[in-house]
Amino acid sequence: MAKKEKKKKLNRRDFIDRGFRVSIGIGLVGIGGVLFKKSKAKEYVWQLDPEKCIQCGRCATSCVMTPSVVKCFHVYDMCGYCDLCGGYFRPEAKNLTTAAENQLCPTSAIVRKFVEEPFFEYDIIEELCNGCGKCVKGCGAFGNGSLQLQVNHRLCVNCNECAIARDCPADAYQRVPMDNPYIFSGYSNEENKS
Amino acid sequence: MKRKLAIIFLLVIISLQIFNSFAIQRFPKPEFESGHTQPPTITPDPRAHALAILDVFVLVAALSVVSWLVIKKRSRKGVFWMSVFAVLYFGFFREGCVCSVGSLQNITLALFNPEYSIPITVIAFFILPLVYTLFFGRTFCAGVCPLGALQDIFALHPMPIKSWLEKVLGIIPFIYLGLAILYAATSTDFVICRYDPFIGFFRLDASFMMFMIGAMLLLIGVFIARPYCRFLCPYGALLNLVSRFSKKHITITPTECIQCRLCEDSCPFGAIEKPVLLKDKEARPIAVRRFLILGIIIPVLVIVGGFVGSQFHENLAIVNPKVRLANELLNNTNYGETEKEAFEITAFNSAGQSKEELFKEAGSIIKQFYYGGWILGGFIGLVFGLTLVSLSVFKYREDYTPNKGTCLSCVRCVDYCPVLPISNDY
Repeated sequence: MAKKEKKKKLNRRDFIDRGFRVSIGIGLVGIGGVLFKKSKAKEYVWQLDPEKCIQCGRCATSCVMTPSVVKCFHVYDMCGYCDLCGGYFRPEAKNLTTAAENQLCPTSAIVRKFVEEPFFEYDIIEELCNGCGKCVKGCGAFGNGSLQLQVNHRLCVNCNECAIARDCPADAYQRVPMDNPYIFSGYSNEENKS
Repeated sequence: MKRKLAIIFLLVIISLQIFNSFAIQRFPKPEFESGHTQPPTITPDPRAHALAILDVFVLVAALSVVSWLVIKKRSRKGVFWMSVFAVLYFGFFREGCVCSVGSLQNITLALFNPEYSIPITVIAFFILPLVYTLFFGRTFCAGVCPLGALQDIFALHPMPIKSWLEKVLGIIPFIYLGLAILYAATSTDFVICRYDPFIGFFRLDASFMMFMIGAMLLLIGVFIARPYCRFLCPYGALLNLVSRFSKKHITITPTECIQCRLCEDSCPFGAIEKPVLLKDKEARPIAVRRFLILGIIIPVLVIVGGFVGSQFHENLAIVNPKVRLANELLNNTNYGETEKEAFEITAFNSAGQSKEELFKEAGSIIKQFYYGGWILGGFIGLVFGLTLVSLSVFKYREDYTPNKGTCLSCVRCVDYCPVLPISNDY
């Protein structure tokens, strides 16, 4: 008698368990299905929109990686090859030479090379750049705006939520499709390729 | 002379104050006579999409192998080496994102925010461990989750903690889960990722504070095994609920329990339940009275919780950057900056959105938080109520069994059981 009762009890428990199991299973499949419908096979990566960027300098400090994976990118197509480069020289620079005291970049990450009179070419040393955006501000204010901040995707670990996006005062960060991961202002990567 | 001209030109530009005209060809690109070729703008590609798909395959493989090791082989050694693999692959090689724990926020965001389209790999990372848990118990926690695996390796000298403390601390993951869902649903923040204590170790890079929290948890974890998994992990809370109804679950003994009590203290997570014999059962009238009291207490807890939660909706909402901005603009507090205009204000002024629009937007977000506060508070009240129920409900149990909810399927207890499996070796 006692044994029979026990068996019955266990069965009831099993039955309830099975009921819950099936309903959880259906729930999971349901959520999966709903999300699958609105999902994209594409992966997303974080990128900042230079049009919204106000060069506050937080990209250099908010990134989870040290140094920041945000780097200055030089869009050579937009560069005026100026001698007096607003991105290279400090505003109060005494001489237009490569001496450290004249440079705007705190890490000397910009190399100035003479091309031909009166043009100079500026290259970014990615390893030195910390993404502070000082040169971007200078170039945007006085020049063509060919220096632009972008997330370097070789270095970015693609956090689920970008730590810089959270701190960005201009809300310039967004998820962009992986196959077109760079946004340049006034210049399209695609145009250049074709 | 040229330099002077340039300086004069500059001064003209400055006086014109065309600061906002970003990306304007003030100086046309020169035609080089010396045959200089312009270097290309280098845009390095992100991590290949194929690797993300590979991650899903590795996840499925790892879940299958661990489940097999737990259920069929009952091998602690195997599970240990799988956790080492998880730390190496999902931790150090993949460097963290996206993980199943964080993916629950992406799922919530995708359900509530129509603009966000979620990648399929993220759905897989959320759903697969839950499905495996539904069949085999929390094998994901045992040896696939890199966060759990890292702590498991550090659980060198586990000590038992008081069961009341275990119960109370066990409520935290549900509160954390509720908060994470609230913040993800309102597109405010991914709190789980923000306060992930171990990702810094995998990336070998994090803020000092997060390193400290991670190191503290690992140190505590030497004595109180897997503190994050048991007392914080919000995904673990979900798995806990699902695992209770798992089809198969690891058993301590391979055949029949002989009540030898050898396994009693073997579980570092306090997840082994002792037998409850029939004679401990309380008299029926007391049980009925208790049932009635609980029937009153739970709805009261839910309503009180909801009310309290809704009263805190403004405090909860201030985390949202838009609400914060509206608040700072309204009170002219300038983010506590005294020397210059805060960057947020500068950016707002240059973006061209009117204050009224922002206030309206912030108002609707605060309203969302009001309803969210009710739901969150009610949910927390419900969790408290159900914890009470689980403490007072009588459950007849003859043998030593793992608690299907809190058991992490680590297979440690199996080695303590002297009962041999029925095999052909004898």
